[in-house]
Amino acid sequence: MAKVYAVLQQREGKIHRMAWETVAAAQQLAASTGEKAAAVLLGSGIAGLAAEVAGCDLESVRVIDHPLLADYTPGGYVAALAGLVALESPSTLLFPHTYQTIEYMPRLALAAGAGIVPEALSFETDSGGTIWKRPILEGKMHARVRAKGAGPTIVSLQSGAFSADSRKPGQAPVATVAVDLQAAAPWREILGVQQVGGETVDLSKAEIIVAIGRGIGGADKMGPVEELARLLKADIGASRPVIDSGWLPRDRQIGSSGQTVSPKLYLAFGISGAIQHLVGMKGSTCIVAVNKDAGAPIFKVANYGIVGDLHEVIPAMVAALKEG
Amino acid sequence: MKIAVCIKQVPDTEARLRVGKDGRWIDEEDLPFAINEGDEVALEEALQIAEKQGGEVVVFSLGPERVREALRKALALGAGRAVHLRHEAFAGGDAIATGRALAAAIRREACDLVLTGSQSDDNGYGATGTVVAGFLDWPHAWLVMGVEVEEGAKTLKVTREMESGLSEVFRLALPAVLEVQAGLNHPRYASLKGIMSAKKKEIAELGPGDLGLSDGEVGLAGSRLEVLSVGFPEASTGAQILSGDDAGKQLVAKLKNEARVI
Repeated sequence: MAKVYAVLQQREGKIHRMAWETVAAAQQLAASTGEKAAAVLLGSGIAGLAAEVAGCDLESVRVIDHPLLADYTPGGYVAALAGLVALESPSTLLFPHTYQTIEYMPRLALAAGAGIVPEALSFETDSGGTIWKRPILEGKMHARVRAKGAGPTIVSLQSGAFSADSRKPGQAPVATVAVDLQAAAPWREILGVQQVGGETVDLSKAEIIVAIGRGIGGADKMGPVEELARLLKADIGASRPVIDSGWLPRDRQIGSSGQTVSPKLYLAFGISGAIQHLVGMKGSTCIVAVNKDAGAPIFKVANYGIVGDLHEVIPAMVAALKEG
Repeated sequence: MKIAVCIKQVPDTEARLRVGKDGRWIDEEDLPFAINEGDEVALEEALQIAEKQGGEVVVFSLGPERVREALRKALALGAGRAVHLRHEAFAGGDAIATGRALAAAIRREACDLVLTGSQSDDNGYGATGTVVAGFLDWPHAWLVMGVEVEEGAKTLKVTREMESGLSEVFRLALPAVLEVQAGLNHPRYASLKGIMSAKKKEIAELGPGDLGLSDGEVGLAGSRLEVLSVGFPEASTGAQILSGDDAGKQLVAKLKNEARVI
């Protein structure tokens, strides 16, 4: 019977939080296509992790345990997974859409003769197979896509697209798969891991955050933003383009490559709401979005929205706050 | 050092989008286009490396006639030559089909390094550069935030972004493919001199046959993914939209009296 494999990400003995979303997606897809769902773990000395995953309703937990896989390298991971595909011919491999998996998935697709569907949001099935929905044009639109051609399909799932809590518990057997990694090369020599920016500002404890995006237009436009933050006793944060442009220091960045925050009030000015930003702030209690583009994805997660120019809205808010 | 830069021409991020006639892509008529942001950063990095190490920057792009404008801009910014993969068979390709064609074009040039953006602002597969590396069988890195050419120009020291504010540092052997992250550098503006000299620079046009590929290996025919339809996400559910000249004032009142968060 064909199988859906959920490939789980781990690092230093810890399962990535999105791994459980991947398990849930594999269970749902398999139920819909009449296949079986299994999980795949790669690493070195990962028996404990396999036991943790075995508590899910899965056909099995496939484990590839090898010294070459102790640290993530694209060469090691591609060789291990391509070997697994050659041995077991799964129909679909699901991955969490993370900075690690996106780096090697396309090369796995070439090595395994697979098609690739990056950043899927949901699926539907019809007589022709599975149709995936994915964001295009920075989340402003969606595309419905289908894999074509022979061989497996590799799909990465956007963070939060499937709920980790919806995964079914169970008791799955753990099976070690012997993949020949004799000829595998890591393709890189790892030198180390470092912390970016030093995290001198901790926004995770902020009660109110005034966050600005590309729409601010320049470092010289910050005056009214600072005044609003002062009146609200808020901290100032920003989306990636503001940091990249050098308008604010990197320790103010909110999102997947910056800080994750959940204040009681999050005001997003001129932020379009790319998924990389949303994952860092969508846990906020009350979200306000001000953006010129009515189609900006930030409005999807907001409680209050104004379609307009932040350079007009912020002074109006400052005036209203001063009036009391 | 000979450096290839792959650029994509994408709809301007401010452009108003409409679904096209066949429902499978957006309507490109009257749509403003620009060089994809990450690819512009890749070009800047290539120019800086070539200025330091000596060598040539060759820019590659796949797409219809409009792409000439993007290539011309890259030449004005300082690229020495341009290669335009232009043929109707190239249309509608996914990351695999487009990466296969780009890799074949780069192979003809004996390059030492390929630079491109990590992701396009339109399809956003985030995969094409990695596919190029796969077809060339070269090492690669995605989401690159730092590049240093090491002594002897045989290896690179690369910093790559990870999640949660961490980054990974590693060494790659050349030739290699690097997919860069916006923020790696601040791209320059074209000088008048650059714009003038770009007019004399060569834009070579290549079709699948020139690359030793059949029409079936490129474009939609060579793809492993087919777009069935595109559309806009369902209308927003949660947000209460405030409008009118006093929207800012209304918002403050709502935050005080309704949400009670200030």
